[in-house]
Amino acid sequence: MEKADSVIYLDNNATTKVDPAVVDVMTPFLTEWYGNASSVHSFGGQVRQHVEKAREQAAALVGARPEEIIFTSCGTESDNAAILSALENDIRRRKVVTSRVEHPAVLGLCKVLQQRGYHVEFVPVNRRGQLCMDTLVQMITDDTAVVSIMWGNNETGNIYPVYEIAEIAHQHGALFHTDAVQAVGKVPIDLGRADIDFLSLSGHKLHAPKGVGAMYVKKGTPFNQFLIGGHQEFGLRAGTENVPGIIALGQAMETAGEYIEQENTEMARLRDRLEQGILRTCPGARVNGNPLSRLPNTTNISFEYIEGESILLMLDQFNVAASSGSACTSGSLEPSHVLRAMGLAETLLHGSVRFSLSRYNTEEEIDFVIEKMAPIIKRLREISPFGHDS
Amino acid sequence: MWDYSKKVMDHFLNPRNVGEIEKPDAVGEVGNLRCGDALKLYLRLDDSKERIEEAKFQTFGCASAIASASALTELAAGKTVDQAAELTNDDIAEYLGSLPEEKMHCSVMGMEALQAAIKKLRGESPGVATVGDDGGEYDPEGLDRTVCYCFSVTERKIREVIAANHLENVEEVIHYTKAGGGCGGCKPDIQKLLDEMKGEREEKARQQAQSEEGGGKRKLTNLQKISLIQKTIDEQIAPGLRADGGDIELIDIDGDRVVVKLQGACASCPSAHITLKRWVEAKLRELVDENLTVEEELEG
Repeated sequence: MEKADSVIYLDNNATTKVDPAVVDVMTPFLTEWYGNASSVHSFGGQVRQHVEKAREQAAALVGARPEEIIFTSCGTESDNAAILSALENDIRRRKVVTSRVEHPAVLGLCKVLQQRGYHVEFVPVNRRGQLCMDTLVQMITDDTAVVSIMWGNNETGNIYPVYEIAEIAHQHGALFHTDAVQAVGKVPIDLGRADIDFLSLSGHKLHAPKGVGAMYVKKGTPFNQFLIGGHQEFGLRAGTENVPGIIALGQAMETAGEYIEQENTEMARLRDRLEQGILRTCPGARVNGNPLSRLPNTTNISFEYIEGESILLMLDQFNVAASSGSACTSGSLEPSHVLRAMGLAETLLHGSVRFSLSRYNTEEEIDFVIEKMAPIIKRLREISPFGHDS
Repeated sequence: MWDYSKKVMDHFLNPRNVGEIEKPDAVGEVGNLRCGDALKLYLRLDDSKERIEEAKFQTFGCASAIASASALTELAAGKTVDQAAELTNDDIAEYLGSLPEEKMHCSVMGMEALQAAIKKLRGESPGVATVGDDGGEYDPEGLDRTVCYCFSVTERKIREVIAANHLENVEEVIHYTKAGGGCGGCKPDIQKLLDEMKGEREEKARQQAQSEEGGGKRKLTNLQKISLIQKTIDEQIAPGLRADGGDIELIDIDGDRVVVKLQGACASCPSAHITLKRWVEAKLRELVDENLTVEEELEG
């Protein structure tokens, strides 16, 4: 069997390869400079300035001030901290408005909030996964504490109009949070000109290691700490700083800034090449999401009458890594909540594959995958009892 | 990713007997597009119409669904119809070495398709047999009611799978039948079925024990009787008394005469004695031997 020599990694919305330059920058903080940034002695104290430099690097990528960046352990922590803080901020406001296509880091929390007696409303999306803005406007009322809408969707890559939604939230005195874990580093973000209160980001989605994230809290926005204890991170997030992770995140975000233009031209071109190639060679394939406003690295394609896990495992035989919204891959029995929210036809719902690229992918890799897809789809259709009449 | 065995991967990547049989003697169909997996099984018999000569399949589903169907056709081919009717989902899972627990429903789907096809062969149902759907068949027991609407699973199927695989909790039922794995709204219903079936099993066991007893067959040896009395007092009687600040101690057993000593709060409560003696006696008669009498050794 003809197989790629090393993995062709097209699952970058799940996690990314750590940039070797990032590894170089962080390693001394694991080996030599292991001091505690909060220590009085100079051995530990010298670490502090590197943490502050990372904060500046992080702030620069999203157009924020350094003091508006708080380092956390992951995107989920940032999401939880922001939403829970907003609810504590004005206890008379008992309503949360979010969307049906959020990441589980937000949706899971919202389900718990419902059990705790909060009122949560979920904005629906249309067949392309676009938010129904009319409903959103109606849902946000004067008893809304926080509106949380993601910047870019992890499954379809859809980009949501967060600048606009932040303004609507503020008209009703609600705070606005956005989960920008997929968007940071892939699309330009300028928080200086935005009315966004909280933004979550994660290191391992942009070539830093797992276990480090950050949140942006706009200057002047009240914030109640989530992890309580020591004075770290301006007293807003207790716990000894993950110094190597923070240094890595800073470096990765600086590098992301350098590549952001390339991501939106070259990587988007490769993504389009992959998408067009598959649509051309595989009958019964459709793109899920909104091609007019999408992250530059993501394409989500459904194949009629076959099932996603089978496609992934056959791709795996060729050393190609992708992901699927099918029930069988999720560990639950239901297919992707995002695709279901979009009202995808039953024939398409179980056969979705997500390809998400990074700057490390090459044209040869993309062409290899295009070449392998058609026979895989054909083979699985032969095995399937459906779709033979048409 | 799932931890599939080599054999599962082999049957997924190189499935045996894929396709349709042009003039099948029977076709069994399970599942549909909405559920996320479906299996169509074709059977062709030999000239005697007793032996399955050829089995082929078409599957829509994940790797384990395809592998299970492939295994099913290998197992069924060459068997007589009666032998094939005995095949269970366990046989399919065993043939494949192992299936992840969460994927057991794929093997159940194989068994159901085979049963549906065999039903057709025996003329028990007209046309293409469909199991697990809201069919229009006459259903005097009411067992074909849908329990899980997300995956169209009937009470009959859930009961059958629970009994065949000795399932004990809702999670297992989800893994084997998918019922309850969608919105989760029917989980209390499934729990009720599990409880009911457990109750039925216990009732059956009790009746069986009683009928043996009633036949006079169950005669305890002295040693068995003594240890059973001690056990009954320790486990059934003493805990209740201790909860009220009292206690009971077994002093002696002489034939059918059981001597006990009441302690603590019970001992200093005269009015309790008679009721207590009767209650202990009744309990021992019920659980050990109906000829037993209880006497109390008094303090001092």
